[in-house]
Amino acid sequence: MSLSKKDEESGLSTYYNNKTTVIQEARVFNESPISPRRCRALLTRIVFLLYVGETFGTQEATTLFFGTTKLFQHKDSALRQMVYLAIKELAGTAEDVIMVTSSIMKDMQPNSEVIYRPNAIRALCRIIDPSMAQGVERFFKAAIVDKNPSISSAALVSAYHLFPNAKDVVKRWVNEAQEAVSGKASGSFFGGNSGGGYLGWGGSSSQQTNGYSPVPSTSNITQYHALGLLYLIRQQDRMAVTKMIQQLGGGKSGAGTTLKNPMALCMLIRYAAKIIEEDPNMQRQMFDLLEGWLRHKSDMVNLEAARAICEMKGVTAPQLTRSIAVLQLFLSSPKSTLKFAATRTLATLAVTHPQSVAACNMDLENLISDQNRSVATYAITTLLKTGNEASVDRLMKQITGFMSEISDEFKVIIVDAIRSLCLKFPSKHASMLAFLSGVLRDEGGYDFKRAVVEAIFDMIKSIADCKEQALSHLCEFIEDCEFTKLSVRILHLLGAEGPQAPQPTKYIRYIYNRVVLENATVRAAAVTSLAKFGLNGLDAKLSNSVKVLLTRCLDDVDDEVRDRAALYLKVYEDPPLVSTYVKEESIFSLAALESQLVSYISDSDSLAKPFDTSSIPKVSKEQAAKESARPSSLETIGLPSTSKAATPPPQTAAETQSAYAQQLADVPEFAEYGPVLNSSAKPSQLTEAETEYQVSCVKHIFKEHIVFQFNVANTIPDTVLEQTSVVMQPQADSGLTEDFIIPLPTLSQQTSSGIVYVSFSRDSPEDYTLASFQCVLKFVSKEVDPSTGEPEEEGYEDEYQLEETELAAGDYLVPSYATFSSEWDRMRDGATATETFALSAMESMKAACDSIIEILNMQPLGGTEEPSNPTVHTLQLSGLIPGGGGKVLVRCRMAYSKAQGVTLELAVRAEQEAACGLVVTAIGG
Amino acid sequence: MGLSLSSLFSSLSSLIRWSKEQDVRILMLGLDSAGKTTILYRLQIGEVVSTIPTIGFNVETVQYKNIKFQVWDLGGQSSIRPYWRCYFPNTAAIIYVIDSADAARLKTSRSELLTMLSEEELAGVPLLVFCNKQDMEGALKPEQISEELGLAGGEKERQWSVRGSSALKGEGLEEGLDWLVNAIQKK
Repeated sequence: MSLSKKDEESGLSTYYNNKTTVIQEARVFNESPISPRRCRALLTRIVFLLYVGETFGTQEATTLFFGTTKLFQHKDSALRQMVYLAIKELAGTAEDVIMVTSSIMKDMQPNSEVIYRPNAIRALCRIIDPSMAQGVERFFKAAIVDKNPSISSAALVSAYHLFPNAKDVVKRWVNEAQEAVSGKASGSFFGGNSGGGYLGWGGSSSQQTNGYSPVPSTSNITQYHALGLLYLIRQQDRMAVTKMIQQLGGGKSGAGTTLKNPMALCMLIRYAAKIIEEDPNMQRQMFDLLEGWLRHKSDMVNLEAARAICEMKGVTAPQLTRSIAVLQLFLSSPKSTLKFAATRTLATLAVTHPQSVAACNMDLENLISDQNRSVATYAITTLLKTGNEASVDRLMKQITGFMSEISDEFKVIIVDAIRSLCLKFPSKHASMLAFLSGVLRDEGGYDFKRAVVEAIFDMIKSIADCKEQALSHLCEFIEDCEFTKLSVRILHLLGAEGPQAPQPTKYIRYIYNRVVLENATVRAAAVTSLAKFGLNGLDAKLSNSVKVLLTRCLDDVDDEVRDRAALYLKVYEDPPLVSTYVKEESIFSLAALESQLVSYISDSDSLAKPFDTSSIPKVSKEQAAKESARPSSLETIGLPSTSKAATPPPQTAAETQSAYAQQLADVPEFAEYGPVLNSSAKPSQLTEAETEYQVSCVKHIFKEHIVFQFNVANTIPDTVLEQTSVVMQPQADSGLTEDFIIPLPTLSQQTSSGIVYVSFSRDSPEDYTLASFQCVLKFVSKEVDPSTGEPEEEGYEDEYQLEETELAAGDYLVPSYATFSSEWDRMRDGATATETFALSAMESMKAACDSIIEILNMQPLGGTEEPSNPTVHTLQLSGLIPGGGGKVLVRCRMAYSKAQGVTLELAVRAEQEAACGLVVTAIGG
Repeated sequence: MGLSLSSLFSSLSSLIRWSKEQDVRILMLGLDSAGKTTILYRLQIGEVVSTIPTIGFNVETVQYKNIKFQVWDLGGQSSIRPYWRCYFPNTAAIIYVIDSADAARLKTSRSELLTMLSEEELAGVPLLVFCNKQDMEGALKPEQISEELGLAGGEKERQWSVRGSSALKGEGLEEGLDWLVNAIQKK
């Protein structure tokens, strides 16, 4: 050992710690007699190699492993410990590791005279396969409650590792784990087993006849391991976890807790925080416990409790006071870790509660000059969020001072803070923009540069005054930008914003430079950007110059660049195209476009025809921007990684559609129906929220069929529903013929919910059939025997009345964006219809607008869904009938009077006659 | 006389050298549930311990008449037999244990034994066969087993002996070891 150390120091380490040498030297394992010292040294080198990331092949590892097993013949305890370390590391790659099972089991026996019992236990869980877990059960149960903490810990940790593969066996050890966590075992260690020399008394180790003197442990680390195992076993059962927290938490003051180990308490706090997050009703009870822990004598526990409170959803300012006071104390602690942890927590909290955090401003100011730059970064970003307008300039100056000393990761944090600050104090934009453009010139990786560029984008979007300045900074940046993605985004922005700038010409040079200097992707983006300047019709001279530049691009070596240039030159010759290709205000809904394209590609028949874009709903630029927008204000900054991505953004309607399409594609019965034309956006509830059975309905329109999807949930425990179906009774001559029902074989409370499909044929697919249905849920109900978990043989048939389901106009229509005035004029010659209705039940203009939008399921345009005038209003709607039904525009002129309610003049223009009829009957019916 | 004395002396001293410098490494093999582990602990601590099927191996140092044997008891389950060979190098002697009451598997036992003996690493190594479980009713006699194994014709290069034993009663084990000590010395 000492020799090999020396070797390392003398620079021979690469030679000595080299895989080949080590494998060759493994001969020493076969020598007789064994030299424990040399073997131990070699094992150390093997383990060292594995720790530094060297990998051994299966064959090599197996050879080494079998060599290592031969060392069990020697009783040297130092050697044996090293053997265990090596076995644990090699067990992953070597084959047939099961060969050491007997030897390990022997070392684990309670009568084993050796110090390495814990090592043996820890090695065992790497060796045995899960099926053998039962065989060692008795032994593990005893080891978990062993009075020696190292043995107990080893058994608990091993049980933790065994759990994923042998759940049922390990679950039975819960009582032992409970005993270990309650600390009785380690209590008796100090009292009964006086050999530890704890506090110096009872120093004689006469009791320990086995000659094994464990290092006395005062850390109670066993509790930590036991708690981890208990939680692992119980984590699926929130009630049990709650009970465990309350039991171990030690009451309101936290004084009665049996947990002595601070790490165990920290874990307990994390579990409590998780409970609060999952079940807000528990917040009050848990909060009291957390507050108690703020007074615990360990820093670690105080910090964890404070952090949990600060991260609670919907925490109020009074609830925060105590935690903030604790964190404030830490800010002036001499320990860097405490300062760091406290500033980091406060920085996160400042996003939501700047007022509460402001109490710490004085202490945070002192930390700006802290030697630890990470602490300083968090301190300053916190101050940026809590500070007032006056302090901004001073802080900015200080940040500039140490920007060069911190890592990219922290630079991103600072840039994000600045970005939110810009939006908070728009009047300070000048100094902040100067700062951002300054750091843009610094060295930095992609993430950092992207953060800066996005911050500038946001400023351009929200602060009109700085637009020109910001654009020129970006122009300067792309002159020397190594990141293609960023260049493309900036060029796009220049194309969108540049033409409206006071002097559009000054950007041309920067953009054309890209065409000359950059790679193909950037060149293509630059061509598009140039075209937007040229085709905006601002200035004939400019337009001509751009044309010249675009003509030059026709000689480019890259296809995409040439194609784009050719496309735009064509637009030059045919000015009406400008509105479609350059000024287009709407884009396709991307999710819908994607799912349509997927079904287009997968259906070989449709490939014969060109892809039809007319049935894809469009969204306006604003909508698209809103959907993809980053949280625009403060909330992104410094959120802890645990809560990131906790709430995925709600699905847009189009995404739900593609999810349904996916689901339907999995049902073979619907394979022949062709693609789904439309699915209702939201399931309609056919039952009350609190009933035994919960049913909701989604309608899917196919070309010749209509499929009703019933999501059925059974909330009654211990009952299984079999052969669940929904019987639908349409009113007479509905124009629909029932094809079949796909029932649900079994449905229990555990299976959450299942789907019943009912399919109808459309007798005349060109008509938009409207109908309503009486629905009854039919099933065979069977009770479940609680002891076996099996449903009984005999059930009884039962039925359950559901609310009526309607097939309405909205099921055929999808909202789609359009430019109303021009489209309305264009469709003058198409199908039109005008009717007047008296909507006497409507109580206000707003109510009328809302219900019309809901019934028709169309896109309101130009903000007309919010009536500005309570008596006279015009609502403009645009929609699309998927499956070739074409566009539909609706203009609703309405007048309101108290006496008569709303009078509506409904004007419809559509590409097809049937669509007009659909809209008129929808309102009239 | 003088010659034989000196030869006795030299063999004695060689034994002393053995015992002082290194343990005598002995492999104990045989089919599963033949009684290897029971024999091992009977030899080591003189007691019958309750055993479970050995997954892998047990290795113990057995002190017998001032000689230290390092006995490797390898598990006999068919899944473990392929690994026996990993432990062949440096072997001074082999103890092969047969369950005398298990006539049905005697053939299997024989073929495992012969396969093992044909290994180059074990050439010339003395072999002691314990026909264990002699205390059981219907156990085959060592002579019968010896005949079945057919070592008499095939093994000319090595010393071997087939003996009866009962690990439970402790019979035949010491005699076997005596023979083994002799055989090792002669070699």
